[in-house]
Amino acid sequence: MADLELSGIVKSYGAATILHGVDLAIEDGEFVVFVGPSGCGKSTLLRVIAGLEQVSGGEIRIDGQTVTNVPASDRGLAMVFQSYALYPHMSVYKNMAFALENMGLAREEVDQRVRRAAEMLRLTEYLDRKPKALSGGQRQRVAIGRAIVRDPKIFLFDEPLSNLDAELRVATRKELAALHAEIGGTMIYVTHDQVEAMTLADRIVVLRAGRIEQIGTPLDVYNHPANLFVAGFIGSPRMNLLPSRVTAPNQVTIGNETRPVSVPSTGSAPVGSDITLGARPEHIDVVPEAEADVVIALDLVEQLGGETYLYGSAPGLPQITVRQDGQAGHERGQRLGLRLKREALHLFDADGHAIRIR
Amino acid sequence: MTLSSKNPPASSALAGSAQTRRTSPFLRQVARIVDWPMAALQRLIGERRMPYVFLLPNLFFFGLFVFVPIAINFWYSVTGGPALFPSERPYVGSGQYSYLFECGSYADPSSCREDHFWRGVYNTVTFSFFQVVAMVGLSLLTAVVLNMKIKGRGFFRAVYFFPVLLSPVVVALIWKWILQRDGILNAWITAMGGDRVLFLTEPTWAMFWAIFVSVWSHMGFYTLILLAGLQAIPSDIYEAAEMDATPRWRVFWRLTLPLLWPNLVVVIVLALIRAVQTFDEVFVLTGGGPGTSTLMVVQYIYETAFSNQVQNFGLAAAASVVLGIVLFALTLAQLAYTQRKSS
Amino acid sequence: MSIATIVTARRDAKSWHWTDIAAYAYLILGVFLMFGPVLWLGLSSFKTQASLLEFPPSLLPMSQKEVTLPGFPQPLPLFTVTMEDGSSRVLAQVRRVGIQAQMVDPADPTQQFRVAIDKRVPVREFALATENYTEPLERFAFPQFLANSVFVTVVATLITLLINSMAAYALSIYEFKGKNAAMLAVIGTLMIPITIILVPVYLVVTKLGLVNSLWAVILPGAATPTGVFLLRQYMLTLPRDLIEAARMDKASEWQIYWRIVMPLTLPALAVLTIFSIMWRWNEFLWPLAVLTKTEVYTLQIGLNAFQGELQTQWQYLLAMTVMTLTPVAVVFVFLQRFITTGIANTGMK
Repeated sequence: MADLELSGIVKSYGAATILHGVDLAIEDGEFVVFVGPSGCGKSTLLRVIAGLEQVSGGEIRIDGQTVTNVPASDRGLAMVFQSYALYPHMSVYKNMAFALENMGLAREEVDQRVRRAAEMLRLTEYLDRKPKALSGGQRQRVAIGRAIVRDPKIFLFDEPLSNLDAELRVATRKELAALHAEIGGTMIYVTHDQVEAMTLADRIVVLRAGRIEQIGTPLDVYNHPANLFVAGFIGSPRMNLLPSRVTAPNQVTIGNETRPVSVPSTGSAPVGSDITLGARPEHIDVVPEAEADVVIALDLVEQLGGETYLYGSAPGLPQITVRQDGQAGHERGQRLGLRLKREALHLFDADGHAIRIR
Repeated sequence: MTLSSKNPPASSALAGSAQTRRTSPFLRQVARIVDWPMAALQRLIGERRMPYVFLLPNLFFFGLFVFVPIAINFWYSVTGGPALFPSERPYVGSGQYSYLFECGSYADPSSCREDHFWRGVYNTVTFSFFQVVAMVGLSLLTAVVLNMKIKGRGFFRAVYFFPVLLSPVVVALIWKWILQRDGILNAWITAMGGDRVLFLTEPTWAMFWAIFVSVWSHMGFYTLILLAGLQAIPSDIYEAAEMDATPRWRVFWRLTLPLLWPNLVVVIVLALIRAVQTFDEVFVLTGGGPGTSTLMVVQYIYETAFSNQVQNFGLAAAASVVLGIVLFALTLAQLAYTQRKSS
Repeated sequence: MSIATIVTARRDAKSWHWTDIAAYAYLILGVFLMFGPVLWLGLSSFKTQASLLEFPPSLLPMSQKEVTLPGFPQPLPLFTVTMEDGSSRVLAQVRRVGIQAQMVDPADPTQQFRVAIDKRVPVREFALATENYTEPLERFAFPQFLANSVFVTVVATLITLLINSMAAYALSIYEFKGKNAAMLAVIGTLMIPITIILVPVYLVVTKLGLVNSLWAVILPGAATPTGVFLLRQYMLTLPRDLIEAARMDKASEWQIYWRIVMPLTLPALAVLTIFSIMWRWNEFLWPLAVLTKTEVYTLQIGLNAFQGELQTQWQYLLAMTVMTLTPVAVVFVFLQRFITTGIANTGMK
C-alpha cells in the first residue's frame, strides 16, 4: 500500500501531446477511477504511472519517493491489462508464480501466496490449466490473481472488464469492490464506463483531451459537475443541457420559449448573455402546460416496466429526456408541459463552467 | 465403478508439485545460471541499454565475417602478390582490374589476358539466361497446374519440391550416374535405336545438362512461391470473370498474370541472383569442363584464390568485386521495383 | 494456349475437360522426372560392382546365382545353356577358356560339358549388395565425415538460434537509438553472399587460427540475416501487453526474452531450425575452401573428394550418396507440410 503523487505530468509523442500537465494526489488505500471518452489520455496516464511509458515532463512520487525514471519492474506496482496479458504457455499457477519467482521468493512462500490468491478468487481447481482452457471470467480472475499475489504498492487496472459480457461484468464489478474492501490496497482503475466509475470509486478523475476536468467522489461529480463536459459525460441517460438566455438577474428563457423561468442564481452572467440550463432526466416533472417551463412534443416513449423514459422535442432545443417512475400512460405525438426541479438545476456560463448555486 | 479410478477428483493439493515437474529441471538450471548475470548486467547498465546487449552477438558475427571482409576485399583487389595478409601486399592500384579487363575483343574470350574469367562470364551469362527462362517458365506452369482442383495436390507439390532439400553434391552425383557413358539414359537411347551420347564431355550437352540439373533441383522452390501467389488471388475474381463469360485464355492473360506479376518479378530476380552465383552443382557435375565450357564465374574465383598453383587472391578479389556489383545492381532493381509497387 | 486454359479449369464430377487430362499427364511425368533419378540412385546403390558395369543396366539389383559343388573350392556361377540339340539346361561354369566354357551339371558334377560362351546366359536372382554400405563405413573415413557433418549442423544451428533470436528480440520489442542502422546492417548482410567475400573471410578465419577446424565452417554463417528477419516478423505479432505484463511482474529483460518471448516464438524457431539444418548439412563452397584435411571434411566435401578418387568404384560412391541424402529425406517426409508452408510464407530457403 502506498500513496501516489503526480505533478505536471506531460506526455508527447513527437508533435502530438497526449497529457498536458496532470496534477493528482492519490491517498493510501484509495480506489481512484480514471474515466473519460476514448482518446482522453486515461490509459496513457495509467501506463505512465506504471512506468511502461516515459514521461516527457513532470514528476511521479510513490510514498514520497521520486520514481519518474525508475523502470516499471522496479516500481513495485501490479497491473491488470485489458487483454489480461496472461502468458499463454504457462499454467494458471505459473502465471501467478512468475512474478514471485522473479522477486526471488522461496518456493514455499510462492506456493503459499499463489494458493491463497487462488482460494480468494475461486481458481484452486484451475491451477494446472493453461489460459486458453479457461472462460473469459476465469481468465479475468487469473489476471487479478497475478496482481494480488505480488502484494504490490498500487494496483493498476486498465479497463479490466471491457472484454466480459454484460452479466459477468456486473458480477466481476461487485467482486472487485468486495476485493478492495477485503485487501484494502491503493487501486487505480481506468474505464470508459461511468457505471463502473460510479460504483467502484472512492474518487473519480474525469479526463478529457489530456487534462483533468474534475476530481471528486462519485456523488460529488454527479451532483456538482464542474463543467458542461462532466455534466454531459457522467450520468445515464445524459443530463439535458438546454441553451438559454439570461433575461434578468436570476431569470432566464429556455430555447425559443418566451416565458421567463426563475432560477436560484445566474452568477456573474450578464443580462442578455447565453447560459446553459442542465437538468437530469429524473429532475423534470410533467405538469399542466400552464405551469410548464417548456412544452414538448413527445417523439418516443420507452417503457422499461419499473420506469419510463419520455423523449420529446421543442423548437430551438435538443431532444429532451424525462424519466418517470412506474408506467406512465403517454403517447407519441402528445404535447407535454415540463417543469425543471429548481433545487436540482445546474447552470453553466457561456464558457461552460458551472455556476455555483448551492 | 472401474471408470472412476481413471478420473480421480481434481486434487488441488497435488497441483503444485505437478507444476514443478513439468519443465525439465536441467534446462531450468541452465536458464537460472544465465538469469543472474543478465539481471546484474541490467542493473548495471539500465533497462534502456539492454537491447544493445541482445544485438551484440549477432552484430559481432556480422562485423567479423561480413563487414570487415567487405573492406578487406576492396583492399585485396587493389593489391598484388601471393601474400594472404593485407599488410604484406603491395599496392597495385587498378592493376588487377585492368588485368582482368584486358581483352583484344570482349566478344572473344580467347583474346583476353585472363581468358578463364571471360569464359566464366560468357558461360555464366548463357547459363543464367536459359536457366532463368526455363526455371520461371516451368515453375509457373507447375504452379498453375498445382493450383487447379487436383486430387493429391499435397503429394504432387511435395514431389516437385523435395529436390530443393537435396545437397548440390548429391544432386550432381545422381545425374552424373544417369548421364554417364553406360548410364540408364544411354541405355534407353540405344534401346530406341540411337547412338550413345557422351553427355558430359560434349560442350553443348554439358551446358544443357548443367542448366537442366540446376532447374531440376531448384524449381520446386519457385513453384512454391508462385503457388502461394496464385492462392492469394481471391477466387471471386475468377467467378466474376466467369459470370462475364470471359474466355479462359483472356482470364489468364488479363487477370492471373497481372495479379501474379509482383510474385513473378520477385521470382525472376531471385532466380537471376542465384543463377549468377551458381557453383556447386555444376562444379561437381562437370568440374567446369569439358575444358572451360561450363566454367562459371564463381568457380573461377574459387580456383584463382584456392586451388591454382599460385593463389592469386588479388585477382580473385577483383573478380568478386565485379560479381558483387552485378548482384548489387540486381538487388537494387528488385528493391526499386517493390518500393514502386508498394507506394 | 494450354496454360491459359488450365488456369481456370474446374473439374466437374461429370465431365473431364481435356486440360484436366493434360494436367494429370504433366504431373505424372513430373513424378517420373523428379522421383525417377533418386529411385534409380537407390536401386543402383544396391548393385554389385559387376552389375554396375553392365550395359544396358538391369532395372533391379540382380546378381548371378552361384552354387557350391563338391570338388570345387570356389562357388561356381550358374548359366542357362542352349545345348546342341536345341534343349536348354542349367549348368555351373568351372572355367572359361577363350570362347569356350568348361561346365558341369550341378546335379551330377562329374558330367562335364564344353560350351561356346555365346550359347550361355547367366542365371540371375534379386540380391541387395549391402556390402556397398558396410564397406565404406569400415574402409573409408566416412563415419568421420558423418560425425563432422552432424557436429557442424547441430552446433551451428544452436548458435544460430540463440544469437538470431536475441537480435530479433532486440529489433522487434524495443525502441532504441541505432535501431534503424541495425536493421539496415541486417538487410545489407542479406545482399552479401559468401561467394563474394570468400577470400577475406578466409583471411579472417586464418587470423583466428581456425583453418581446418570445424569452427571455421560453423562461425561465419552463424549470424544469418534470414533468421533474424524470420524471427523478428514473428515476434512483432506477439501482443505487447505480454511483454509489459512481464515487466510489471519484475522480470528482467533477459527473463522476458527467455521465459516469455522464446516459448511463444517456437513455431518460427522450428522453421529456422529446419532451414538451418538444411543449410548446414548441404553447405559446400565455403567448407570446400576452408577445409583441406581429410579428417575435418564434412559429408559433402568427402563425397566430392570420393567422386574424384573413386571414379571406378561407383558402388561405394552411390551408397555414400544415398547415406548423405537419407537424413534430409527423413526430415522431409515427416516435416514436409511444415517446410513447404514455412517457405511459402517467408519466401526464403
